[in-house]
Amino acid sequence: MADASTPTEENPLAEGLERLPVHPTILMIFGGTGDLAQRKLLPAIYNLAHEGALPERFHLIGNARGELSDDDYREIARESIEAHSRRRPDPQVLETLLEGMRFVSGSFDDPAVYERLGDVANELDEAAGITFNRVYYLSTAPSFFAVIVGRLGEHGLDSHDDAEVRVVIEKPIGTNLVEAKQLNSAVLDVLDEAQVFRIDHYLGKETVQNVLAFRFANGLFEPIWNRNYVDSVQITAAEDIGIGSRAGYYDSSGALRDLVQNHMLQLLCLLCMEPPVNFSADEVRDEKVKVLHAIEPPTTGTVPQMAVRAQYARGVAGGEDAGGYLEEDDVPEHSTTETYAALRLEVDNWRWAGVPIYLRTGKRLTRKVTEIAITLKPVPHLAFAQDGAVGVQPNQIVLTVQPNEGASISLGAKIPGTRMRIRPVNMEFLYGTAFMSQSPEAYERLIMDAMRGEATLFTRDDEVEAQWRIVDPILEAWADDDGEVAQYESGSNGPEAADALLYAGHRWRAI
Amino acid sequence: MRFCTPATAGGRSDDGARDPRAGAVTVSDGIWSARDTAPSEVEAALRELLRQRHAESEAYVPARVLNLVVIADREWRGEIQNRLDHVGRYHASRTILCAVEPGRTTIDAHVSASADDDPAGEAPSVGRERVVLELGPQHLGRLDAIVDPLVVTDLATLVWAPHGHPEALDALMRLAQIVLLDSGSEPDPAAAAARARELAQRAYIVDLSWLRSTPWRERVASTFDPAQWRRELASITGVTVRHHPGSVLSGLLFIGWLCRRLGWEPGSVVGSEGVMHGSAHGRRQDVELCLKADESMSSPGLAGITVDTASGMGLSLDRGHGGLTAKRRDRRGRESTWTVMGASRGEPGILGEGIRQALLRDKSYGPALSAATAMLS
Repeated sequence: MADASTPTEENPLAEGLERLPVHPTILMIFGGTGDLAQRKLLPAIYNLAHEGALPERFHLIGNARGELSDDDYREIARESIEAHSRRRPDPQVLETLLEGMRFVSGSFDDPAVYERLGDVANELDEAAGITFNRVYYLSTAPSFFAVIVGRLGEHGLDSHDDAEVRVVIEKPIGTNLVEAKQLNSAVLDVLDEAQVFRIDHYLGKETVQNVLAFRFANGLFEPIWNRNYVDSVQITAAEDIGIGSRAGYYDSSGALRDLVQNHMLQLLCLLCMEPPVNFSADEVRDEKVKVLHAIEPPTTGTVPQMAVRAQYARGVAGGEDAGGYLEEDDVPEHSTTETYAALRLEVDNWRWAGVPIYLRTGKRLTRKVTEIAITLKPVPHLAFAQDGAVGVQPNQIVLTVQPNEGASISLGAKIPGTRMRIRPVNMEFLYGTAFMSQSPEAYERLIMDAMRGEATLFTRDDEVEAQWRIVDPILEAWADDDGEVAQYESGSNGPEAADALLYAGHRWRAI
Repeated sequence: MRFCTPATAGGRSDDGARDPRAGAVTVSDGIWSARDTAPSEVEAALRELLRQRHAESEAYVPARVLNLVVIADREWRGEIQNRLDHVGRYHASRTILCAVEPGRTTIDAHVSASADDDPAGEAPSVGRERVVLELGPQHLGRLDAIVDPLVVTDLATLVWAPHGHPEALDALMRLAQIVLLDSGSEPDPAAAAARARELAQRAYIVDLSWLRSTPWRERVASTFDPAQWRRELASITGVTVRHHPGSVLSGLLFIGWLCRRLGWEPGSVVGSEGVMHGSAHGRRQDVELCLKADESMSSPGLAGITVDTASGMGLSLDRGHGGLTAKRRDRRGRESTWTVMGASRGEPGILGEGIRQALLRDKSYGPALSAATAMLS
């Protein structure tokens, strides 16, 4: 039986509750009127309020440059929530949430902003008779991350008596290793690592987290999850759309920075990591970092053998003629930014040595899909005659992250008839058929975790830097390459040049 | 829908006392119906219906989560179906509704397979099956034999008997792993608690009366979570629970939960005309307990709670706009009021939550129920 006699002990009322208590919190959003805040953060916060998941006492303070009153900001928040919430807002819950919102106007480098933020938070503490935790959410351009954290430190907002102070930082953490180190250094000059929550929203997706459940909750897979049984791995993040109106961002980023350095390397880590001792933040992240360290970064000289880049050219996408990347609005005429990147990596450790791990991502490919495909080695001896049938194919385990979340295993099965002929069949599991509940938006989970101080689904400083250590030489080699960037037809499976990365007997899965 | 199978076209043939309507099988708008039928025919119809749906569209995929068997009075069948239709996303994948009609000697059946979305595109369209069996009281004692062929093997089976029929529930315990009940709907709370404890020996219990107290338990746990308030848990001197007149057991389960979590020994509660009093023996002091019926409440559940401590601190939570209205008085007498946000789930939401909880395991209910039983003894 729990004993409540001393305040330092665990809350005895919390045990057994599905929704654990979270300390009263003030969430301050820098960039509170920006696109991310309006499309994702504010709707996510509303949905948490609707479900009763927010801390029992909660306030939100928005910050942006525009001169807005509290009521102006509430109106912006209302419209954002009504437009983007995954459920129709309950008017009473929405009104209550909006009543607790405040706004502090001013630019991110303006010291007065921080004075005012501190004052407003202290006023809320005073009115409530408690000390709220503070969570600062940096939903701004990356160039402001260090500025904001520096100002928080200068104004003493980086810590608070009797309260936790946490800072959530959106990606990207730098555009290369040097910048990532500089940013991490600037942030950690002010804050402890335990206060920093670097978001990679992929980790907030249920199906990404399920990679761990799939591996570590099923005795079926772990015995074969190694170089003795796995022949190769393919991780694909394909999109069927072009860059749309994002030329300004995308042309300075490219596919490698946009998806490979963060999301795809995270998928690789979850797939390849050793079982952690427990699922605490540092145990899990330690294992992920070990995987990244086991990948030998290429040299600029070896990049052509392990990486391919390309741009989409004219073609047919979605049944309609589609222009090429260089024809998109605001893309420089001679841009060499890649819209497709494919890599071959190897994790040089006891479990994975010698197993090629192929990564590819691209815009305007055949269809939208994110998946991990693990191909097992063929059976050592085949007792069946193969003539007249497709024959026995190596088993494949495919974990689909989106859009049709699930898992499938290909198996050899006998074709009905009088002869023993084999062809592959699929055994499929679809999330939608097996769970009644609707997955929350990734941001709902991540915002709650940040308020709770649970960092497992956030990236640590050494993790980010280890990711850049792998990607940096590729970026440098491509920057130094004066040759033409390969092209692939819009609506296709990608450039033929990517086939050169594959070892003998391997082929890319159809997208 | 194009569906007619010879295997199901004849109705029962081995029954000497055939209903004059026997043999009537109809298929209309995707619903297979048969009079005076048998479980094997219904099962065959289900299989054929699924085959047909998949042949029409490969995107059709049957959900495989949970079997739900409902035993209800036939005259209230529509109301039960309506409640099940409004549980939101928490539909069971196969629902078997047994509508009991006094005097009926044969079984009629209606079978349908529907999809969440039109299974036309590339994305999977998740489908669910519904079976309605119209049967008589004499079928209830052997309902397991009737239902067994109709549940999806290897899926958990949840049984719900909102109109009583204990003999049906007892018969189905061989098949079911989970029983959904609403202990608060029984007129005698002591008998309801005893029945729940008896069933809990044989299956996992999901009690809607317990689920109605969930937001209150979460809020109280949150309110006392900050270290400065947590120490007050040890000095609680009084708990008052305000409840719907028919929800005294929800209130007792809430207090039972506090007793078990805080190490109080509950004594009996006594009273009349909507007010019950009792006490629990705490480690430092006795705790006064009070349950008050709130006649103004229109739906089952709790209306509010008040917790007082020896230091003078007090906390009240009451239903309000946009969530629960919280009022705290600190030891200096200073009061603060705020709203703990959350949308009301309503009764359909409670039922949906009950279905969702069938696949989870809440270890707090059993101890709370035993404490509630002790208070009623």
